[in-house]
Order: sequence, then structure tokens, then C-alpha cells
Amino acid sequence: MVDVKGSAKTGMTVTVLYFAALRERIGRETQELAIPPEGLVVSALLARLGAADARAASALAEEPRLRVAVNHALCTMDDLVRPGDEVAVFPPMTGG
Amino acid sequence: MPKAQAVHVAVQEAPFDVAEEMERLSALSMLAGGVSLFIGQVRGGDGLISLTLEHYPGMTEKVMQALAGEAMERFDLLGCTLIHRVGRLEVGQQIVFVGACAAHRGTALSATSFLIDRLKTGAPFWKKEEYAGGSTTWVQARAEDDAAASAWDSP
Repeated sequence: MVDVKGSAKTGMTVTVLYFAALRERIGRETQELAIPPEGLVVSALLARLGAADARAASALAEEPRLRVAVNHALCTMDDLVRPGDEVAVFPPMTGG
Repeated sequence: MPKAQAVHVAVQEAPFDVAEEMERLSALSMLAGGVSLFIGQVRGGDGLISLTLEHYPGMTEKVMQALAGEAMERFDLLGCTLIHRVGRLEVGQQIVFVGACAAHRGTALSATSFLIDRLKTGAPFWKKEEYAGGSTTWVQARAEDDAAASAWDSP
């Protein structure tokens, strides 16, 4: 019951963050995206982001080495994203 | 848990004090036989004026802590320090401080290489270059950096 109430309160969404060149090309830092209650895999989430926004579609398609982190941990395209998660999408890292 | 206290990780805009950080490492233990340091700075050339470093607050700190912890175990360190600056940095300014304290030089030196190699490609930082004339460009990831990081995968 607590889970159901919690989900209803936050809505069935994830928070998406973009960084660096991807953020500039898409023209925004963050967005909320509705997802099914059972979640969906990263590749499907990226497809939804592209379907909702033409700039996101081209930016995501043109970055051949996209990195995705879910709740601060790097993940693969097959990992599951659940409502309430924080999903970050960015180009390869260039620190140091 | 003396090892936990021996790890120092920071993400900051301000410059770091190399002497102070060095002192922190060498004072960690009477068993320390040496401290190894790497300091990265903004390399000039081709009209480059500055780099602006962006990061992912929250994830960056977690990745750096995990990396430091891995180095502590793998190289049997007495301590290590990772400091990464963010924001706009001009040519010649310091970007990153990596330090390792160990009983012997071999592990201190190896740990320092391990830490900077993994930090470059594994922590969520991105660099944007600013050139004379005002043009800007995002630094592209380099295959050599990926190779250096993955070379540590099999000990």
C-alpha cells in the first residue's frame, strides 16, 4: 500500500538529465518523462525521448558512444529503469 | 576503519594547495615510505585560452570515492587523495590532484597511474575548450585514454 501511494504521489515518471555537448544540442538540462509502472529498459527510454523531441532524436542518434547512468551508476542499454529513477544521458567522459 | 579516513576526495572550483595535500598524505602513517603525486594542468597550444569543466554532482563524488577505495585495496595504500576542479580554468592552471601514500614506491607510483587513468574516463567530467577568437568546442574522448583505463582491468 505504501508503495502504491508513493508512486501515485510522484507520478509514474523518471527525471532525465543531459550533460555537456548533449545538453547543448538538446537545449535543456532536465525533463520528466512518463514511463509504465513496471518500468522499461534504457534503450526503450531513449527511443521515447527521441519520439517526444526532434532535437533529442537527432542529438541521441548522432552521439555514437552515448553513456547512460541510472541513479548515479553507469548502466547498459538493457538495464531496467523504474518510476522515480534519475537517468542521466551524456557523451563519453573527458576528465583529468 | 583507519583506511576510510585516509581517503580524501573533493570536487571544487577553488585551487588546491599542493603542499598542504602532500603534507596530509605523508603524515598519515609512520609506516609510509613514500608519496606519489600527479598534478594535471590545462595544456596550451593552437590558441587555446581556457577549459570549462562540467560535472554531474552527486555521481562524480560517488565514482571518485569508489575509485579511491578500489586503489586503497588493490595497492595496499596507506592513503590517497583525489581532487578535481570544475568551472573555467585557463592555460597553465591546475585541474586535478592525485596522490597516493604507501609503504613502498612501487605501489605508490602504480596507484597514482591507476587513479588518473581511471578518473579520466570513469568519472562524469566533461571539458569544453575556448579558443582565441571566441570559438568553443567540446573535448572528444580519446581512444588512448580508454585503452589506458582498461589496461588496469586485468591486474
